[in-house]
Amino acid sequence: MKSLKTLALVFSLSLLSLNGFAASKVHLDHADTDIMDRASLQNGAKLFMNYCSGCHAISFMRYNRIGSDLGLSDELIAQNLMFAGNKPGEPMVTAMPENAASKWFGGVPPDLSLVARSKGTDWIYTYLRSFYEDESRIFGVNNKVLVNASMPDALWSLRKDQSEAEFDNSVRDITNFLDYVGEPAKLIRLQLGKWVLLFLGVLFILVYMLKKEYWKDVKYGVWRRRD
Amino acid sequence: MKKNQSWIDQRFPLSKVWNEHLAEYYTPRNFNFWYFFGGLAVLMLGMQLITGIFLTMYYKPDAANAFASVEYIMRDIEWGWLIRYLHSTGASAFFVIIYLHMFRALLYGSYKGPREFLWILGMLLYVLLAAEAFFGYVLPWGQMSFWGAQVIISLFGSVPVIGPDLLVWILGDYAVGDATLNRFFSLHVIVLPLLLVVLVFLHLVALHHVGSNNPDGIEIKENKDKDGIPKDGIPFHPYFTIKDSMVVVGFIWIMCAVIFYAPALNGYFLEHANFVEANPLKTPEHIAPVWYLTPFYSVLRAIPPMFGSQFPGVLAMFAAILIFFALPWLDRSPVKSIRYRSPIYKWALGIFVVSFVMLGWLGLKPVTPTYALLGRIATVLYFAYFILMPWYTSIGKTKEVPLRVTE
Repeated sequence: MKSLKTLALVFSLSLLSLNGFAASKVHLDHADTDIMDRASLQNGAKLFMNYCSGCHAISFMRYNRIGSDLGLSDELIAQNLMFAGNKPGEPMVTAMPENAASKWFGGVPPDLSLVARSKGTDWIYTYLRSFYEDESRIFGVNNKVLVNASMPDALWSLRKDQSEAEFDNSVRDITNFLDYVGEPAKLIRLQLGKWVLLFLGVLFILVYMLKKEYWKDVKYGVWRRRD
Repeated sequence: MKKNQSWIDQRFPLSKVWNEHLAEYYTPRNFNFWYFFGGLAVLMLGMQLITGIFLTMYYKPDAANAFASVEYIMRDIEWGWLIRYLHSTGASAFFVIIYLHMFRALLYGSYKGPREFLWILGMLLYVLLAAEAFFGYVLPWGQMSFWGAQVIISLFGSVPVIGPDLLVWILGDYAVGDATLNRFFSLHVIVLPLLLVVLVFLHLVALHHVGSNNPDGIEIKENKDKDGIPKDGIPFHPYFTIKDSMVVVGFIWIMCAVIFYAPALNGYFLEHANFVEANPLKTPEHIAPVWYLTPFYSVLRAIPPMFGSQFPGVLAMFAAILIFFALPWLDRSPVKSIRYRSPIYKWALGIFVVSFVMLGWLGLKPVTPTYALLGRIATVLYFAYFILMPWYTSIGKTKEVPLRVTE
């Protein structure tokens, strides 16, 4: 048992000491998003569609999936989120032509379907808040997290109109929305998980009691009487 | 007896097989925690096969569509995310179980006579499982799938003389690409699962022929009552079927906790970079295999290139796996179980475990001078466990083994 405990300790220590995401040179602020906060997701969806979707696709996502997950009807989705004249069941691609995008930005702006899974929410949250003026860059801005990013400060008008705390909240909502977009199933699994574990826990207790009952024979050395 | 024979029994040895392998298969009654993992490994094999069948229905083994088809399963297929996580988390869980199962053999000398062949079949299973996992990891066609495959397959290019031709033969192209993905899919869903199932069957046949070892390392067959039943044995069914059912439920609880709350386990089970589609023009900052293969990856990196070739490192990596096959003949100890082994063996095993965990941890990290040195020390300790085994198992005072199993 002692060796077992040592082994478990070594494993858990080695798990703790590693950061899952590739080590970044800059400090990342904690995004502190809550995927169960529906209002935050709805606001994030609105902000994303207004400020980001002009250039960035989230092509693994469908409009009506967002509708059903975030409690928005097809009509609401069509009026407020679908700007490119698509149908509700279509993937959320961008209207910007690829060759034009390459000409304007030097490359096609990346699809953000999985950005929360590859970069993490802290990265998105910090990145969007880290633009600063830099005359040497073509858009007049640079970024502390992704140095020489070829992206303009898309949220500048939002930053201008909001207080710092309000702006942080807006970015947090966009981040939260992207976290949801990265894995829509997260909404289901987090809700379902506790019931699955509860069921298995109860089942375990029952099977454990059954095992105890059977093994009484072994304990008292009378198992052969069962035949 | 004849009167009770059913229709099927006259045509197929159903009752005979049932009795020989379950109802009258006598199992040592002192099995402990370490004996949970054989049954769980069978469970995992079944789980991977069944979830794999459903994934194969929707997955597209095509470099242009593979990545999107995985996301299609994750989003648009009913419960596709659960099936996929069961399979991807299942792969890691399978290795956790297999490593604990193998460690049990080291603890209680389960590889020693008369179980040498059982051990060899088990080691073959381990090698095939590692190959199966490697091919499987390529299929989602993310950055780590692609670059991991690139790194591992390029090792075969370092083989003297035939290397470059061998590389093209394996890849089916001059670089990792659509042809590679297609053949890996074929190997992953047909060839290796078939071999695994056949070998698991043989592993069980061999086990039931020689009988299970136990934490005391005693042969229970040497101590039978007047009916020819081992005194320390109890029938596998119902005692171990019910106990293993309990273990299975407990294990699925742990697995579900991971699947529902941390399916990627912070990048250990599904690496973050693998959520970016494979791009042959963009090398990721840091390439590392999934955790279960990192110990051997560390051995590879610990050996410096010699005569301008990486081949010595490749040899060392394969030697690190293959040397396990020789274990039954390296161990000269008169006792099997750690309970009665000499103190020097306990030290050796402890150092081996530390070096193995260390190698696994280092394999996840980028190389720095300190880590490179640690990797070399751990590699030396790893091999020392095997190479010095004939010496340290023949010295040192062992304890007296009891005649009957202890509680």
